[in-house]
Amino acid sequence: MAEAHPVGFQWVMEAKKRGATVIHVDPRFTRTSAVADLHVPFRAGADIAFLGGLIHYVLDNELDFREYVTTFTNAAEIVGEDFVDGDVSGLFSGYDPETGRYDPISWQMEGGVYEAPAAGQRDHWEPELREHHAAHAADTGGGAGEAAHAPAAPERDDTLQHPRCVYQVLKRHYARYTPEAVASVCGMSTAQFLEVARAITRNSGRERTTAWVYSVGWTHHTVGAQYIRAAAVLQTLLGNMGRPGGGILALRGHASIQGSTDIPTLYDLLPGYIPMPNAHLHEDLQSFLDADAAKTGFWGHMDAYLVSLLKAWWGDAATPENDFAFDYLPRLTGNHGTYGIVRDQIDKKTFGYFLVGENPAVGHANGKMQRLGLANLEWLVVRDMQMIESASFWKDGPEIETGELRTEDIGTEVFFLPCANHTEKSGTFTNTQRLLQWRREAVHPPGDARSELHFYFHLGRRIREKLAGSTDERDRPLLDLTWDYPTFGVHDEPDPESVLAEINGFDADGNHLSSYTQMKADGSTSGGCWIYTGVYKDGINQADRRKPGSEQDWVAAEWGWAWPANRRTLYNRASADADGKPWSERKAYVWWDSEQGSWTGHDIPDFEATKPPSYRPPEGAQCEDALAGTDAFIMQADGKAWLYAPTGLADGPMPTHYEPVESPVANLLHDQQDNPAREDIDRAWNRLNPAMSETYPYVFLTYRLTEHHTAGGMSRFLGYLSELQPEFFCEVSPALARERGLEHLGWATLISARTAIEARVVVTERMKPLRIGDHVVHQIGLPYHWGSNGLSHGDPANDLLGVVMDPNVHIQESKVATCDIQPGRRPRGPALLEFVESHRRKAGVEPGGTR
Amino acid sequence: MGARTWLGEWPMFRQATGPDPLGRGAAVQSPRTQALGPRTADADEVVKSVCPYCAVGCGQNVYVRDGRVTQIEGDPDSPVSRGRLCPKGSASTSLVTSPTRVTTVRYRRPYGTEWEDLDLDTAVDMIADRVIDARRKGWQDTDDDGRVLRRTLGFSSLGGATLDNEENYLIKKLFMALGAIQVENQARI
Ligand code: SF4
Repeated sequence: MAEAHPVGFQWVMEAKKRGATVIHVDPRFTRTSAVADLHVPFRAGADIAFLGGLIHYVLDNELDFREYVTTFTNAAEIVGEDFVDGDVSGLFSGYDPETGRYDPISWQMEGGVYEAPAAGQRDHWEPELREHHAAHAADTGGGAGEAAHAPAAPERDDTLQHPRCVYQVLKRHYARYTPEAVASVCGMSTAQFLEVARAITRNSGRERTTAWVYSVGWTHHTVGAQYIRAAAVLQTLLGNMGRPGGGILALRGHASIQGSTDIPTLYDLLPGYIPMPNAHLHEDLQSFLDADAAKTGFWGHMDAYLVSLLKAWWGDAATPENDFAFDYLPRLTGNHGTYGIVRDQIDKKTFGYFLVGENPAVGHANGKMQRLGLANLEWLVVRDMQMIESASFWKDGPEIETGELRTEDIGTEVFFLPCANHTEKSGTFTNTQRLLQWRREAVHPPGDARSELHFYFHLGRRIREKLAGSTDERDRPLLDLTWDYPTFGVHDEPDPESVLAEINGFDADGNHLSSYTQMKADGSTSGGCWIYTGVYKDGINQADRRKPGSEQDWVAAEWGWAWPANRRTLYNRASADADGKPWSERKAYVWWDSEQGSWTGHDIPDFEATKPPSYRPPEGAQCEDALAGTDAFIMQADGKAWLYAPTGLADGPMPTHYEPVESPVANLLHDQQDNPAREDIDRAWNRLNPAMSETYPYVFLTYRLTEHHTAGGMSRFLGYLSELQPEFFCEVSPALARERGLEHLGWATLISARTAIEARVVVTERMKPLRIGDHVVHQIGLPYHWGSNGLSHGDPANDLLGVVMDPNVHIQESKVATCDIQPGRRPRGPALLEFVESHRRKAGVEPGGTR
Repeated sequence: MGARTWLGEWPMFRQATGPDPLGRGAAVQSPRTQALGPRTADADEVVKSVCPYCAVGCGQNVYVRDGRVTQIEGDPDSPVSRGRLCPKGSASTSLVTSPTRVTTVRYRRPYGTEWEDLDLDTAVDMIADRVIDARRKGWQDTDDDGRVLRRTLGFSSLGGATLDNEENYLIKKLFMALGAIQVENQARI
């Protein structure tokens, strides 16, 4: 955190000054370790073993915050009889080895009915699943269809003793994650593990809270979603969610990467985490909602959020008669994530590509795959400030050097369009704490540079003009689109505040909405992203609020605007006990004021303001009315934090340690070596190193430096930053340097089944060899910022990586893989191909290639 | 000129006798450097902004003179950053004033070996034509099972996590209206 989010780290240092213990668990010793109370060196890819070990420690010693757990979690609920935890096998019931996928039916709760989860795999349209739920509803006296969604409480045992209650199921699942076992998987000593376990359990409870902070070191794995789940289970057991000083804090790496998920330029989401519809026979708006939205909790209003979105997009053309133009939305039929798109580019199944402030030729896993994708396009539009490698690949890419591609043979038509930078346009970024902050335009962009708002608005305008008058049904969504933003200035820049106002939404009279709770499903309201409703409350740009921090309390609620509803800590109802009293004076945050009959506190309550703690839902209640006054997790259908997830995940209801796909060691905890549900791309340009390979014996991990940014487009081209970190390097331990004859500041060549790259060698004690079972594992650190263009050049570390993915979110495993390392520079030209091929042969890997 | 004044112009003397014994400030100033002021002092305008690098979201003050950015400093008002910037945020003046920044359209025709110039308006018009064409070529009304798809796989988009929310919103909205489902972002990465 000190390296990649330096200014945020000042708050960790403030906490330390006040007595907080700072623990850094990381394969490398970094600037964070240097100021931490404890640095625990650790093997990349072993985090679920580590977190599972902590869960085991908590449960085994009954150190959970019991009152919190029984009030706010599903610990007491009984898991259905059909569920089987394969324990030593590492597989759960429902796994189909043919398809490599899980059917989650057997994971359901006893007496409960299937409800769409608040996130993750939501569409449960599959006929078998629908039949199952209908039958189940019939069994319990309901009918099919609507009744299948009527809230039905699963059976419970509040003593937590029932062998199938979640608490006991969890305890059995983690029984084998003993301190000794997990310490050996992670490469730490049992004493080190126990030191962490004692520190976090001592520091959790009524009086104290512990926070976990992570970044892509947790998400870039074939089990990334389950890493986060494991942290969620641990933090919930310890009562650290929804409370000040608690939480699982994702440090995101780009100015508005949070915003890019909230208002997603992602294939599987609509704004505000509404799922994109999948293709089904006879699907209409209602059946989509039935399959994708829970009937209880705040997702019970998905109809209002979605209809308001459709009204924002299609205005008067969205009517009750046409299902508010729900049919205008295109449909998904599976994974259309970025790696699948690139595969389709190589196969010439897709023809055009917009790269907007993105440099995949350097910044994404398997650079060769990315560049082959670019080289097989008909046209490419690159919008950037500098001449990045993804724009110039046809001239100077590594494949030109090796002879795999020839400039004259590449048919891609490339448009490089310069873009405006952050001082040359107004708009909001959403930072890592969900805070929207407005930037004001300082100067006009130079030359042909334009904002993306300008480019896409005018591109859309032109396409609509060219298709005006079309009677083709396909063009209706385009021609009916609301696309008339006011413009200003010599370049007709669209007014970004008018876009923000549309995102915020309007009521039937054209007034700005102040809260998503005002949204209606009857088409009388509009709003482009329900979770952002309120950001333009009263016609005032709330994201531009700038009351100095020094004039506010520590929550600083009048700086910018946080979604939802300007709440700064989510699920903060859990900061008070069942009766609404703060767990302790020290940790008071939001509480029930019985005299006023409302919730109050330092933050805006993440709960209905006047719902008393004593509220119990009447039979058949819907939406938030179905949640009790103690159901703090209001987006969940049952209002509970899930220690066991009966739905929503593609790879199991509880996190399980699997080894990375490219691992030097066997899984010491389960028979199953790696994630059985992971996603692969089996192609010549994406060969994988076999697990436990002697040819590729070392682990490497990629990371960022303080002085550079991602693929380098915003840093390698700048004088100061290039001077501070002028060259690509690899970090190796003295032991590995001896083993391989590597010299400090000399050159090394790193080899994987994809390619070989060269880097300067930094021999440093910061890297420590680890003992895993009877195996010594060496880890190599690789910052990934370099490419061939800019002021400082180097080979891209990402070229060394292959692509294997997490099945929930289709994110690649780029934080851990294997390689070989040898002293000296890599071969040049076609010799490089033969060099890499000879390693593949030695490792028994199929030949590589460009197809 | 009196001896005192003369001595007072001698940096060594000032360093030895004045309040700057380490010779880092007043002691080593010449009349020229004394006359220098910070770029921030004569700015026409100070504009509130946010750092474009990581998601901490540090506040920035952008100093503008004659329509150009002259300096970017941390915004002390920000409760997020309290005026601090890291090396990247501090280097953002050079990001916006970079001499290697490309400010005109560059065009590479299919199988071409060099960049060419192209007028911006022409470029956007050509792109609009290509979108319409790729959209048609990649169009799917239904799948083999007769399920309605109403989409195109003809083109896709990737990026970027430094775009404004308003920009991402227009991209998503336009792509959905075009039936183009393949829109992705660094947020997947
Ligand atoms: S100044 Fe540094 S820490 Fe702050 S937002 Fe910018 S990159 Fe992040």
